[in-house]
Amino acid sequence: MIVRFLRDEGVKYIYGYPGGALLHVYDALFKEPEVAHILVRHEQAATHMADGYARATGKAGVVLVTSGPGATNAITGIATAYMDSIPMVVLSGQVPSTMVGTDAFQETDMIGISRPIVKHSFMIKHASEIPEVLKKAFYLAQSGRPGPVVVDIPKDMTDPTQKFEYVYPKKAKLRSYSPALRGHSGQIRKAAEMLLAAKRPIIYSGGGVIMGGAAAPLTELAKMLNLPVTNTLMGLGGYPGMDRQFLGMLGMHGSYTANLAMHHADVILAVGARFDDRVINGAAKFCPNAKIIHIDIDPASISKTVKADIPIVGPVDSVLTEMVAILKEIGETPNQETVASWWKQVDEWRGSGRMFPYNEGDGSIIKPQMVIETLSEITKGDAFITSDVGQHQMFAAQYYRFNKPNRWINSGGLGTMGFGFPAAMGVKLNFPDDEVACVTGEGSIQMNIQELSTCMQYGLPVKIVNLNNGVLGMVRQWQDMMYSSRHSHSYMESLPDFVKLAEAYGHVGMRITDLKDLKPMMEKAFAMKDRLVFLDIQVDTSEHVYPMQIKDGAMRDMWLSKTERT
Amino acid sequence: MRHIISLLLENEPGALSRVVGLFSQRNYNIESLTVAPTEDPSLSRLTLTTVGHDEVIEQITKNLNKLIEVVKLVDLSESAHIERELMLVKVKATGAQRAEIKRTTDIFRGQIVDVTSSVYTIQLAGASDKLDSFIQAIGTAAILETVRSGVTGIARGDKILSI
Repeated sequence: MIVRFLRDEGVKYIYGYPGGALLHVYDALFKEPEVAHILVRHEQAATHMADGYARATGKAGVVLVTSGPGATNAITGIATAYMDSIPMVVLSGQVPSTMVGTDAFQETDMIGISRPIVKHSFMIKHASEIPEVLKKAFYLAQSGRPGPVVVDIPKDMTDPTQKFEYVYPKKAKLRSYSPALRGHSGQIRKAAEMLLAAKRPIIYSGGGVIMGGAAAPLTELAKMLNLPVTNTLMGLGGYPGMDRQFLGMLGMHGSYTANLAMHHADVILAVGARFDDRVINGAAKFCPNAKIIHIDIDPASISKTVKADIPIVGPVDSVLTEMVAILKEIGETPNQETVASWWKQVDEWRGSGRMFPYNEGDGSIIKPQMVIETLSEITKGDAFITSDVGQHQMFAAQYYRFNKPNRWINSGGLGTMGFGFPAAMGVKLNFPDDEVACVTGEGSIQMNIQELSTCMQYGLPVKIVNLNNGVLGMVRQWQDMMYSSRHSHSYMESLPDFVKLAEAYGHVGMRITDLKDLKPMMEKAFAMKDRLVFLDIQVDTSEHVYPMQIKDGAMRDMWLSKTERT
Repeated sequence: MRHIISLLLENEPGALSRVVGLFSQRNYNIESLTVAPTEDPSLSRLTLTTVGHDEVIEQITKNLNKLIEVVKLVDLSESAHIERELMLVKVKATGAQRAEIKRTTDIFRGQIVDVTSSVYTIQLAGASDKLDSFIQAIGTAAILETVRSGVTGIARGDKILSI
């Protein structure tokens, strides 16, 4: 009944790992040709694969794990999806209902363990309710503010000897759940008027624009009013990265221009963003002169850390579309002199060089920033880029120029090392003709490296761009800046030979140590369309990520290099 | 400020744990909690009291509303309401004290519901501060045991919480 439902729901791939509690389900999968199952090497990777698919498409990824350790191994991936509001349905096996609560073999209270990190969860009580509960799970995961939903299924609920009539439920019925379908028109009009009258306006947009499919109306609005745009880490690609109006990412490692423009703004239009601590720096000093318009599907995100002057609860795409329509109806344009003087100021901050300046070194040593610039150039800003967590993640966010939404895939909220590679696999499986690269480091990649085997089995030719500096770079950076360079346990003594390791799994490995080889080798790797290539790139160990906001300061308080600050 | 938040909750296993879990997960205060099914057996009515600044209370109500099993919610303290709590107290009652305790109980409109030669068990209903005052009046030295139900409440007038 589960497998039939998945087929009828249009699920093409599920990611999982079998076990005792799920054997009935796996037997049904064996007989169903339309639902393909990807066997991972560790359940965490299954959740990240489903997550990568969900971030690239906006649809729920489906995970199948067995009870006990299978379920607990999935927890990190569920928490990752929860923190970034990613739709996911996790089906976990459970011991037979008659044995629940007896500490049976491979029993764990999955509903209890996952409770704080799911949007909702269900335990199947009667086999006959499976289609209805699964329909609810998909509906909850994908509607409103998306999130992971767990369905715990005791083994006896899948017993094939029990027969029930199966009807695919067309709609989920939930009397206590009704996400906002549109924003309040009066509020939207007030916001439009505030933007028209603003002297120093800015758009600050987040992951909600990506998952809410609102990149197009956001771009239209920004163009219409000639507004500067900054994106959060989760929101990159929500506005074209190459466009003149784009100021780069904001926040802890945001651009000088974006953080200064935010600090001096008089009106901030926050769209699908949640004023996270990694964005606003010290809440007390945040943007002292700004009025805040906040559009979000989740009322609990509004006025949580920063009070909104005009709150608008609704789906960001419909709210922005309505705002554009209202502006057209009003028919006014902002005062041209005011707009010009604000842009003059912004352009002065921006200067003429790179958005994120760095020391290019002696011409032989490879700077990590150069790797991302080269990657961006080779793939023309159109590839799916996934990342792990650390310095390489920030470099990717700063230097890759994302032209389209849903192409930048990283664990922003939870910051899960080991996320990037399986996420890239999930994307590649569903987008076989697109370039998919995982930007990682020698620390993160080892957290799910076993999936090289899965890639071989299913032919997933992702490109792994390993910025190997031999240390846990972000930890080391903090130790340099805040702990007098005491590098406590941020150095791994015995790294594997990644080239040989890739080869051992049947893939191609390449090592790049000299700058002159960087571009040709990378081009060569991307030319191998049907092979997984592991690029092990030796980069400068001493490099730090800048700018870096100074703790508890305002948006504008930043370290710009090891010696300069604002 | 103290708030009385009242909700209609799907009467399903696990629903209560989500409400309670939310409070510990987000570091909110919970002072008292009562829950029981309503006349519609598919719904439970849950009343909780909590203390916090307005911003915190706003987050509490928003996050409670986000729980899928919360059907409806009202912050009773925002308007006129009736608040009740039930208390049972066991007190030492010997000699001259017996009459004194009886008198105090009458003043508070309580009832003595169980009697032994040395102990009175008193039942008292009312707003929480009335119950507090009674304890003060009797004196903690005489009290052997107290049990309180936690606060429940309902809005005054025509306002109702239903689906």
